[in-house]
Amino acid sequence: MEILYLLLPLSLAIVAMIGAVLWWAVFSGQYDDAEQAGLSILHDDDHTVS
Amino acid sequence: MTSTAAVKTENFNYGVVRQFAVMTVVWGVVGMLVGVVLAAQLMWPQLNFDIPWLTYGRLRPLHTNAVIFAFGGSALFAASYYVVQRTCQARLFCAPLAAFTFWGWQLVIVAAAVTLPLGITTSKEYAELEWPIDILITLVWVAYTVVFFGTIVKRKVKHIYVANWFFGSYILTIAILHIVNNIEMPVSLWKSYSAYAGVQDAMVQWWYGHNAVGFFLTTSFLGMMYYFVPKQAERPIYSYRLSIVHFWALAFTYMWAGPHHLLYTSLPDWTQSLGMVFSLILLAPSWGGMINGIMTLSGAWYKLRTDPILKFMVVSLSFYGMSTFEGSMMSIRTVNALSHYTDWTIGHVHSGALGWVAMITFGMLYYLIPRLWGREKMYSVKLIEVHFWIATIGVVLYIAAMWIAGVMQGLMWRATEVDGSLTYSFVESVKSTAPFYFIRLLGGLLYLFGMLLMAYNVFKTVIGQTAVNPVVPGAAASTPQLSSLAQA
Repeated sequence: MEILYLLLPLSLAIVAMIGAVLWWAVFSGQYDDAEQAGLSILHDDDHTVS
Repeated sequence: MTSTAAVKTENFNYGVVRQFAVMTVVWGVVGMLVGVVLAAQLMWPQLNFDIPWLTYGRLRPLHTNAVIFAFGGSALFAASYYVVQRTCQARLFCAPLAAFTFWGWQLVIVAAAVTLPLGITTSKEYAELEWPIDILITLVWVAYTVVFFGTIVKRKVKHIYVANWFFGSYILTIAILHIVNNIEMPVSLWKSYSAYAGVQDAMVQWWYGHNAVGFFLTTSFLGMMYYFVPKQAERPIYSYRLSIVHFWALAFTYMWAGPHHLLYTSLPDWTQSLGMVFSLILLAPSWGGMINGIMTLSGAWYKLRTDPILKFMVVSLSFYGMSTFEGSMMSIRTVNALSHYTDWTIGHVHSGALGWVAMITFGMLYYLIPRLWGREKMYSVKLIEVHFWIATIGVVLYIAAMWIAGVMQGLMWRATEVDGSLTYSFVESVKSTAPFYFIRLLGGLLYLFGMLLMAYNVFKTVIGQTAVNPVVPGAAASTPQLSSLAQA
């Protein structure tokens, strides 16, 4: 199963990448106000009736 | 305030969303029509009229490519382009590139519709297209990545809404999967050989195949769900925290479940077990999404009585929960020993594809189409209701028939006499399956009919209407920090 020498490092690299993005999201304050984040799309009125 | 008035106004790019939305309907009709033809061919094989281009083996990949990549793909382009613009309060990044994704993707689909019936195929499931088309897909996908993430970068709100996380992860993952699985050596314009061989190739193929299902048909459509369900229900998502947790859980675990497609093959045992364990773990984050979507309606269940769009959405989530549970169960070795290679698998796929993917797409389109053409609602809400019931009955007939057929086939194939000989010949199992193929055909016909009703409804909604491209709301309205301060 030499193919695992490709797939495992690749998948682990992706896991590391996901971890890095999660790190960024948490510490850059993306998740500081989940309440407001959930409501935000409802504040945006996308009706287009003229 | 006076300074913002001087800022040049910008309009949302709804044009490319409209193009993809219309093509979603067109390709839905085409893909499902081919599916019905195939279901009929399984009943009456002479329906290929002895024309090589219409034989089952060639039409089958055409059907899967048409429904997954043409119908599903166009729906995802439309939804992601709409959602990323609305939630980022910014116009889509780089309009020419966005236009290229539309025309490039349509060209891919047309190329598939020509080459597959001609018998030009790599024979890798869900990756049948030959190398020149693979390169075009790669180019389109890179453009898609630039347009989507470019819009995220130029967003005017600090928070990146959860739907965009789902869309973003789907776009990046599909890029990697597509490239790794399609590394091949061309020998002529329309023939290439995979870089991998034997069981190595099978492993890459199902690492790709399962993650294509996982990211092209699940996380991406969850992104769609996280925007359109709260919008249609006019309620925030049940738990935003749960959406964050289950997104990251899905992202970390999905990649490892592929080997469950290769149980009892020459793949090493531990790899098979790893795939099975991760498939079972996957149930938790999958159901996180289902519960979150359905519970968004808690306290507003009465809306389900009158709103057919919400019915589509809630039933699609129910099918999502059901088919992810079924999938996890089917990855258990002993269950897989019975289910694999039978029509149960076909039933499972369609419970996900017709029940989840297509129904959430219908809900999304019924919400979106009137807004793209400046209307309050669809031409006929009554027709949406009719579509909903026809489609639901169609799916139920389809999957119930395939469950019975599949379990029956599994049991017949493994039945042995005392002396060890097989109780049934293969053709006996085929004969016993025939009535269920007929029921499946009925279910498929109903579903296609519903799709045609939708096409008519969309046509009547759109015809004679002028396309609208609303102005992106000004900077003052789109800075949440300021507005929340004002409220405090």
